[in-house]
Amino acid sequence: MKIHEADAKSLLVAQGLPVPPWEVALTPTQARAAAVRFLADPANATGKVVIKAQVLVGGRGKAGGVKLAASADEAEDVAAQILALEIKGLPVRRVLVGPAAEIVKEYYLSVLLDRATKRLMFIGSAEGGIEIEQVAAERPEAIVYEHADPLLGLPDYAARELAFKIGFGSHWKAGAAIAKGLLRTMLANDADLVEINPLAVIREHGAQGVPVERLVCLDAKITLDDSALTRHPGHEALRDLDAEDPTDIEARRYDLTFIKLDGDIGCMVNGAGLAMTTMDLVKRAGGEPANFLDIGGGAKADRVAAAMRLILDDPSVKAILVNIFGGITRGDEVAHGLIEARAQQERDVPMVVRIVGTNAEEAAQLLQAASFVTAASLDEAAAKAVAAAGQVTA
Amino acid sequence: MSILIGRDTRLVVQGITGREGEFHSRAMLEYGTNVVAGMTPGKGGQMALDGAVPVFNTVEEAVAETGANTSCIFVPAAGAPDAVLEAVAAGIKTVFCITEGIPALDMVPVVEEVRLAGATLIGPNCPGATSPGRAKVGIIPGSIHAEGGVGVVSRSGTLTYEAVQAMTDAALGQSTCVGIGGDPVIGTQFVDVLRLFAEDQETEAIVLIGEIGGAAEEEAAAFAAEHLHGTPIAAFIAGRTAPEGKRMGHAGAIVSGGRGTAASKVEALEAAGIHVAGSPTELPQLLRDAGYRGR
Repeated sequence: MKIHEADAKSLLVAQGLPVPPWEVALTPTQARAAAVRFLADPANATGKVVIKAQVLVGGRGKAGGVKLAASADEAEDVAAQILALEIKGLPVRRVLVGPAAEIVKEYYLSVLLDRATKRLMFIGSAEGGIEIEQVAAERPEAIVYEHADPLLGLPDYAARELAFKIGFGSHWKAGAAIAKGLLRTMLANDADLVEINPLAVIREHGAQGVPVERLVCLDAKITLDDSALTRHPGHEALRDLDAEDPTDIEARRYDLTFIKLDGDIGCMVNGAGLAMTTMDLVKRAGGEPANFLDIGGGAKADRVAAAMRLILDDPSVKAILVNIFGGITRGDEVAHGLIEARAQQERDVPMVVRIVGTNAEEAAQLLQAASFVTAASLDEAAAKAVAAAGQVTA
Repeated sequence: MSILIGRDTRLVVQGITGREGEFHSRAMLEYGTNVVAGMTPGKGGQMALDGAVPVFNTVEEAVAETGANTSCIFVPAAGAPDAVLEAVAAGIKTVFCITEGIPALDMVPVVEEVRLAGATLIGPNCPGATSPGRAKVGIIPGSIHAEGGVGVVSRSGTLTYEAVQAMTDAALGQSTCVGIGGDPVIGTQFVDVLRLFAEDQETEAIVLIGEIGGAAEEEAAAFAAEHLHGTPIAAFIAGRTAPEGKRMGHAGAIVSGGRGTAASKVEALEAAGIHVAGSPTELPQLLRDAGYRGR
C-alpha cells in the first residue's frame, strides 16, 4: 500500500529522524495559515514556503504540483491552483506546506527488500534529487549498496561504513544515524520500501541568525506490506481511497483480489498464476481482458456471486470467462455460485465456463442443465470468450 | 530417486488439527505419504485422522517419538514463521510452509536461521511438492500426476496443476513437481531446485513455470545455460499482460520500475536456449521439440 509523503514523514518522525516541519492543508485558507507560520519562522533561510500536492503518483513537480510562495497571499493562490489539479488522473485533495529549504547538497538513501539475497538492502548515492533509476543507468559507480544483517540489522560500524561510502563528509554521523533510523522505520511499520530522495544538507538560520547546516529528510516515500496491515491498526487510516478504483474497495470486502484493466472480457479464476495466464491467453486469442480476478482457494458459492457482481459492474464487459482448476476449490460449489449469480444479474452477458479438477463432473452436469457455454481446455475457453465478446459488438 | 520428498519421507504436519491441516493431511495419507505425526500445541496425546496419526505438543517430541524428518506447515500467517523456526530447531531438514499472507519482513530472519541450520525451506505461500507414486506433501491434487521423468518447478499453485495435467494428458509423467511459492522472500528459489534436478538421476527433462516480479527466472536461465546442457527444458511465464505497479495476487508478482517483466524473463530463457510456451498446454510439445521422448 502506498501512503502520502506527509504520512510517510510522520512515520519517520516517530522513529526520531530529522524532518523539517510541515503542515497538511485541505483548503487554500488552511494553506495560508500554515504559510504565515513558516514564513515567520526565524530558522527559514529562504523566506519562502513550498507547497506540494499529496498524490500517490510520481512526477508531481513536472505536473505543476510543487510550487514555492514568498507571501501568505501567494501561498493561498498557489494552494488553490494545486488543489484544482488532477495529476495522472488523481484529484489533488490536500497539499503539504513547509518552509522552502536552502539546499546545500542532495543525497539519495533508501531501504528495500532484496529478493535475490532475501535481505534488506540500503541503496545510497551522493547524487540525489533525481530518480535513482536514472543514476543507475548513467553512473552506476555513483551508487552504494549495503545489505543489513538478517539477524542483527545495521550495527553501528556498518552504518558508519555506509555513511562514509556514500560520502556525507562532515555529516557522516547524521548520515549513519539516519540509515539506522530508516531501518527502524522499515521494521516498525512492515514497509516494503522506505525511500528518502532527496536526503539533503540544508542551511537554516540558527541562533542570532548564524547559518547552520544539517542533514534532513526533505521528501519521503514509504510503501507498506499489505500482508502486515492487520497488525498495524493505524495504517488502514493512511489508505487513500481516491487512488483506488471503487471495485478495489468492494473486492477487499469479499477477500477477492481484483484489478481493473481496460479490456472487455471479464475473467474469474482461482489462483493468481492461473488468473494471469488466463488474461494472457485472452490476449493471445485476440481479445482484451477487463480484469484480473483471483477468487482464491476454497471459494464458496457466495464468494463466486460477489465476484460476478464485481465483473458486471464494469459496463465495458461484453463476455465473461470463468476458469477454475479445482484443488481445494470444489467445482460444483463454483457452478452453484455461477447459476445463482446469473439468476440475479441484470445484464445478459455471454459466459464461457471451464471447470476442471475436484468435482468437475458434478459441475459439468449442473452447468449443462443450466445451459451454460462450457469449454474443455483453457485455450478453447479463451477462444470462445473472445468470439462471444466479438458477437456482442457486432 | 526423486528430490526433496520420496519413500523415505517421514512427515510431521504442524497445524494438523486445523480445518486446512486436517483436510490435506488426509489427502496426503491417502496418496501414500508416510504421515507419522501431527503437531498442535495443547493437543498432544490425541489422535488425528480417525486414529491414524498421533498428535504432539511440540515438533521436538514428534521427532523424538516418530523419527519425523520432514515438516508441512498449515499454521495461520501470524504463527507460521515461528512454526518454521520450531521445525528447524527440532532438527527437521526439509520444511514445507503452505501458509499464505505472511508479512515479508517476518521471513528475513527465518530464512537466515534455516540457512544456518543447513535445512531447506520450501515456501511460504507454496502448494508443496509431489513425487508421483511415492509421496505428496502440501495441497497439490494427487490425481493430476503420472510417474515419469519430467521435473516441474513453479512459483504458482493452480497454474502448476494446469501444466502438470497437460503433461499427464500427453503421457509425460513427472519425477517430482515442486511449487516454490509466490512470496517475495521464499526459502528455495528456482536455481536451488534446478540444482537438485541436475543431480537427480530420475529427472530427464524439466518444466519451469515462472511469473512476473523479481529476477528468479533470469537467474534460473543463467544456471540452466551453464549446468543443464543436454537436458530438455521448457518454460512458461505468466503475466505478459499484467500492468506495471500492480500486485497480481501473489505478493511477489509485481512489475516495478520496469523490472520483473515477462518480456525480460522470456528473453533471458530463450537466450539460454529454453523454449517458452505461449500456453501451458504447449509445454509437452516443446519438450518433445527439445528432444524428450518420455519413457
